[in-house]
Amino acid sequence: MTAVEDPITTTAIGTPMKRREDPKLLAGEGKYVDDIHVVGQLWMGMVRSPLAHARITSIDTSAAEAAEGVHSVLTGPQLQEMGLWLAPLPCAWPVTEDMVNPPHYPTAIDEVHHVGEIVAVVLADSRYGAADAAEQVIVDYEPLDAVASIAAARDGSATAHSEHETNKAFHWPLVPDPDALEAAFANPAHHVKANFVQQRLIPAAMEPRGVLAVPSPMGGDVTLYSATQVPHILKVMIAATTGIPESKIRVVAPAVGGGFGAKLNINPDEILAVTLANRLGRAVRWTESRSEAAFSTHQGRGQLQTIELAADADGKLQGVRVHIDADMGAYMMLITPGVPLLGSFLYTGVYDVPAFGFTCDGYFTNLTPTDAYRGAGRPEASYAIERAMDILAAQVGIGPDEIRRRNYLAGGEYFENLEVPSTLVFDSGHYGPNLDRALELADYDGLRAEQARRRAAGESKQLGIGMVTYVEICGLAPSRALGGLSYGAGGWEHATVRLLPTGKAEVVSGSTPHGQGHETTWSQIVADKLGIPPEDVTVLHSDTAISPLGLDTYGSRSLAVGGVAIAAACDKVVEKAKQIAAHQMEASADDLEFAGGMFSVSGSPDQAMPIQAIAFGAFTAHNLPDGMEPNLQEQVTFDPTNFVFPFGTHVCAVEIDEDTGAVELLSYVAVDDCGNQINPMIVEGQVHGGIVQGVAQALFEEACYDEDGNLTNPSMMDYLVPSAADVPSMVTDYTVTPSTSNPLGVKGAGEAGTISSAAAVMNAVVDALSPYGVVDMDMPATPQRVWRTINEAKGGQA
Amino acid sequence: MEVSVTVNGERRSADVEPRTLLVHFLRETLGLTGTNVGCDTSSCGACTIHVNGESAKSCTMFAVQADGAEITTIEGLASEDGELHPMQQAFMDCHGLQCGYCTPGMVMAATSLVAENPGGLDEAGVREGLEGNLCRCTGYHNIVKAVLSVGGAA
Repeated sequence: MTAVEDPITTTAIGTPMKRREDPKLLAGEGKYVDDIHVVGQLWMGMVRSPLAHARITSIDTSAAEAAEGVHSVLTGPQLQEMGLWLAPLPCAWPVTEDMVNPPHYPTAIDEVHHVGEIVAVVLADSRYGAADAAEQVIVDYEPLDAVASIAAARDGSATAHSEHETNKAFHWPLVPDPDALEAAFANPAHHVKANFVQQRLIPAAMEPRGVLAVPSPMGGDVTLYSATQVPHILKVMIAATTGIPESKIRVVAPAVGGGFGAKLNINPDEILAVTLANRLGRAVRWTESRSEAAFSTHQGRGQLQTIELAADADGKLQGVRVHIDADMGAYMMLITPGVPLLGSFLYTGVYDVPAFGFTCDGYFTNLTPTDAYRGAGRPEASYAIERAMDILAAQVGIGPDEIRRRNYLAGGEYFENLEVPSTLVFDSGHYGPNLDRALELADYDGLRAEQARRRAAGESKQLGIGMVTYVEICGLAPSRALGGLSYGAGGWEHATVRLLPTGKAEVVSGSTPHGQGHETTWSQIVADKLGIPPEDVTVLHSDTAISPLGLDTYGSRSLAVGGVAIAAACDKVVEKAKQIAAHQMEASADDLEFAGGMFSVSGSPDQAMPIQAIAFGAFTAHNLPDGMEPNLQEQVTFDPTNFVFPFGTHVCAVEIDEDTGAVELLSYVAVDDCGNQINPMIVEGQVHGGIVQGVAQALFEEACYDEDGNLTNPSMMDYLVPSAADVPSMVTDYTVTPSTSNPLGVKGAGEAGTISSAAAVMNAVVDALSPYGVVDMDMPATPQRVWRTINEAKGGQA
Repeated sequence: MEVSVTVNGERRSADVEPRTLLVHFLRETLGLTGTNVGCDTSSCGACTIHVNGESAKSCTMFAVQADGAEITTIEGLASEDGELHPMQQAFMDCHGLQCGYCTPGMVMAATSLVAENPGGLDEAGVREGLEGNLCRCTGYHNIVKAVLSVGGAA
């Protein structure tokens, strides 16, 4: 039924093994960047613009320079004159040939383009000294009109960059068959047109970003410790940006405290730390404060979406047409313009849609740049189609479950390698049973009965039920596909697996964990493949000196690309070990079987050698086949031929107090399908966390800006990251539809929860408010917004 | 100013600037980097420790305010022979941590919460009791499970 070559029947894979990462993290031994100190280090402090758009007229550094413990104060123009870099910070994803990409240097030179942009840097011998000195730098600005929203950017009466005539950065279309699309919308029985706002979000990984650059002046090399998801990409980009030879750069991502996309960029502080450390011959460090992070780390989302559905009288989709205006912020960072494109392919969701069209306009604003945030384009897409499907269901007069059933790809039956109108080929899917299971677990009929009871009784606490069937595109990515989208790198992943003389294994992975438990998961794969205990496997990663090849962790790619590379490298190790075993046992390799770590001769079970003995034999090299290299080490760089497409159905219930507008999430059921699972405990943890991040977008979080481009809620006092008291426990279950894109049959689970939950919750909120005639409302559904919506709706009825 | 504290059973003294935050004193003066800093507004709880037996956010105290105090940090929770504290073990068993950054503060807050509720906690009690500690990875589900496994009502 599937292309899985190697059925998973062994012992470690598929078990909820406890994480080997945990004891040291639990004991406080996790070494994050801010925990690493070097004698003689200088603390960097940033002087940041308080204005969103302004011309710098003067900078007075004298008081700061005179302060005790201050090593130097360097303004943007001075840094530029020092020749520390060859090129601006990189944007690796020029989505169109004519994309506008204003130069983005680590510091502003004469004009600032968002609040928090760096205008000068202070170096001092203490944390507090650097902060004090930064306060003492006096900068005069001539304010310019700020572009503080997508609407203002479209309007264009002010431009975010003075030298630009418009704020538009690019126009990107994906309309595979324009005639078919036009025909679908010519005279549909049902036409839904909806506008959705994807508010800006602050990623807020619990560990703020930080850097420590340690130079070796005589050796000419530099080591950068950075709280990054992407040490390998960072190394390449430091070389390209600064001209420091790549061979002289080592990047280490030590313990990293969450990323969620916010740590996959190439940031001003990273370039400043490396270049200043090299120039000064002193280690340079910086850690963002939480309030600073709202400006020094990119934000997520920031889109205005218009989605149209054309459907026949039964609600069967005929076409989906989408336009989005995407807020780039002030600059193009590493993949800023590519984020909306990652979503573009998913606006038809899990549905059989004959005609599809998508266009995106990117706009500059004078706000913190946007870039990847958990899901990166895909939560936005999922939100739009799944909210719109509920609106269509209401128009057709059928339930949200029924509208989905009528439109599922392959009628909800199993499929594999199915081309969808957005030109992708979905690896595998089986949506019907997945929906059934979610409805059963949620007691959907019971919820509907309770909802009807409350409505009939006229209760003030309304019940709303929301559902979503999502699909995501992940396992980023086939390199050729990325090339076709003008992305500036590949999507492969590297693994090296070696057996040491004592029979222990080391696996070197280019994937870079920051909470996902890679060490545990990789050890499970290697243990089963080599037939050794998981505790005999050491996983090395996140340091370019140890793991020189890799493309890091984002886009739910680690297992579906990096894990597959590890499995393939193990297969090669076993193959080589078999040759040695055959030689030493004087048997034909074709007659050898390998199981449970033991090579044995078919039909002669007493003739056997454990793989550990082969490892020692490879080390001594006393008796190897002629010409064989004396090691037991193999490497694989795996470049997938297709993406993977996890899916699932989430059903939730909310209670809305019509007197206060408060929304309480009562229950949340998630039935996900990420193909085969290596460690179900870790998968479940990813699902939980992902769900709550989407719930946060639906109910709590929004980066709020005033019309001058000031962020009014940069601190955690004001930006509401939900606590344990704000969310319920969840019910999770799985269906298993193996991927056909890789031999492990695995998909991805890191972003799935976030891709589904915002729409599920908002579908529930709107469902609760539907008796008032409410058909949509914006996120976040705060008590104030809900209360106003109810009252406006009531007023409208009166 | 001279500050003397007993940290994890050991007497430690140092001369610090009066404005030194307790968390910076622990991390940078005493080298106890297990206690983390996640915000600058006393919102996230990553810096939670025990001061004289009660949980406290160490970013909200000056080191000088802790002069003479008995302090326990995450480094002092496991037994000397390396056995994890029951709360640490519960977090591991229940997968109550992912990136681990909020974990030291979360564990310290949780042990304190359980100690303050000898009659046992229900789920709502755990959720409300941990309101001052933020986690971005776990969605709290498994943290709550872990704490209930140690301090849940019978």
